[in-house]
Amino acid sequence: MIRDVEVLVIGGGPAGLCAAAAAASLGAHVLICERDYVPGGQLVKQTHKFFGSEKQYAGDRGIAIGRRLIEEAHQNPNIEVLTEATVIGIYEDGIVTVFHRNQHIKIRPKRTIITTGASEKFLAFPGNDLPGIYGAGAVQTLMNVAGVKPAEKVLMVGAGNIGLIVSYQLLQAGVEVVGIVEAAPRIGGYLVHASKIRRAGVPILTGHTVKEAYGKDKLEGVIVCKLDEKFQQISGTEQDIPCDTLCLAVGLTPLTELCWQAGCEMAFIRELSGHVPLVDENLETTVPGIYAAGDVSGIEEASSAMVEGRLAGYAAAGSLGYEPEKAHERREAAAAELSELRSGPTGEKILAGLEKTAAKLAARKGEAKGC
Amino acid sequence: MDDKNTILCRCEDLTRENILDCIRAGYCTIDEIKRVTRAGMGPCQGRTCRMLIAQELSAYYKIPMEEIMMPTFRPPVKPIPMGVLADAYQEGGSEE
Repeated sequence: MIRDVEVLVIGGGPAGLCAAAAAASLGAHVLICERDYVPGGQLVKQTHKFFGSEKQYAGDRGIAIGRRLIEEAHQNPNIEVLTEATVIGIYEDGIVTVFHRNQHIKIRPKRTIITTGASEKFLAFPGNDLPGIYGAGAVQTLMNVAGVKPAEKVLMVGAGNIGLIVSYQLLQAGVEVVGIVEAAPRIGGYLVHASKIRRAGVPILTGHTVKEAYGKDKLEGVIVCKLDEKFQQISGTEQDIPCDTLCLAVGLTPLTELCWQAGCEMAFIRELSGHVPLVDENLETTVPGIYAAGDVSGIEEASSAMVEGRLAGYAAAGSLGYEPEKAHERREAAAAELSELRSGPTGEKILAGLEKTAAKLAARKGEAKGC
Repeated sequence: MDDKNTILCRCEDLTRENILDCIRAGYCTIDEIKRVTRAGMGPCQGRTCRMLIAQELSAYYKIPMEEIMMPTFRPPVKPIPMGVLADAYQEGGSEE
């Protein structure tokens, strides 16, 4: 049996929940498929306050924003949320398959919004499979969702926002953070987060990397060393840092398997942190009816993911004939919000990446016409 | 680097040495390496190793990351019990 759906949203994180709310607000019927037990995505573990403007819930903590979005989705009669539902395939004929509580479900959506987010990058160094080496996401889940103290003594790798924020939360949980190692010559995250860390006395070693991890049955320590301008290790600069946990916060990459399967045109864009689907101004991919919003189309922040979700939601519902004028108006407003969010210095990289995707999309259209 | 103790594919327990041996033997795409080693065929379906292998290929063959060919992505995106598919087939009959 194949189930017909108007708008299918794949992933119930910040982008997905906002996409669903936007499409439903215009009258479209939406099904959200969320692989976890609860929707909310990464918001459920984000105990820090958000930046941005009021429209993106600035000043609120991630968990509070998540709770509100989930509640809104549950109360909206036009939205159905299916949890423990992993979308496992998108086929050529448009059928989407879902693994849901030991069942295999087939869906035929009119529109699909892919909001699958991102996965963490891993690092190659000797000893990198020792117990005690975690991704920052796992540490944050243990600590903030499960309420488990994940370590006694942690060395963090990565001074981007995730590395800085998780280090601070570890300190709050009573864990000793022995330092933060960052390969780049400067701190990547916001200074406000870095300052908190420095005030707590945690050293941030920029221009350093993990040379190797050691330990008999589990992690006992890490050898770090300095890097030259070409990111090559400088011998003789080794430093032995004893710790029981090494936490990797070395960046995220878009989770795009479903986009590839669906046949979306893809490109590797460094500024967007990996392969991304080429999307137009409505965030529609090169496969008509399939949209991509949030981290899946380029690693940014939850605030922009939420606005992208809304934009795609309005565009998808409008294209189905639901209040096209209102849809257009709200889409424009969301686009303006995105430009505003990206107007600061941190938005420069994203804008450079988006320009590249736009150029590739334009070139593709040119090729199609010029035969 | 101590390549014997550096894991690139955690699911299939493949070291950097295993992958570099393949590359030195002439394998030049992620899909080829996957076929001979099973890299990327475990529970995480390549989410950990795919880009690490891409980086090794990029460095060895001096190809920019933009041009490294990605493997084919097929459903299901994560391993599921065979019985689930069998049940679905029995219940649903054919395609409809």
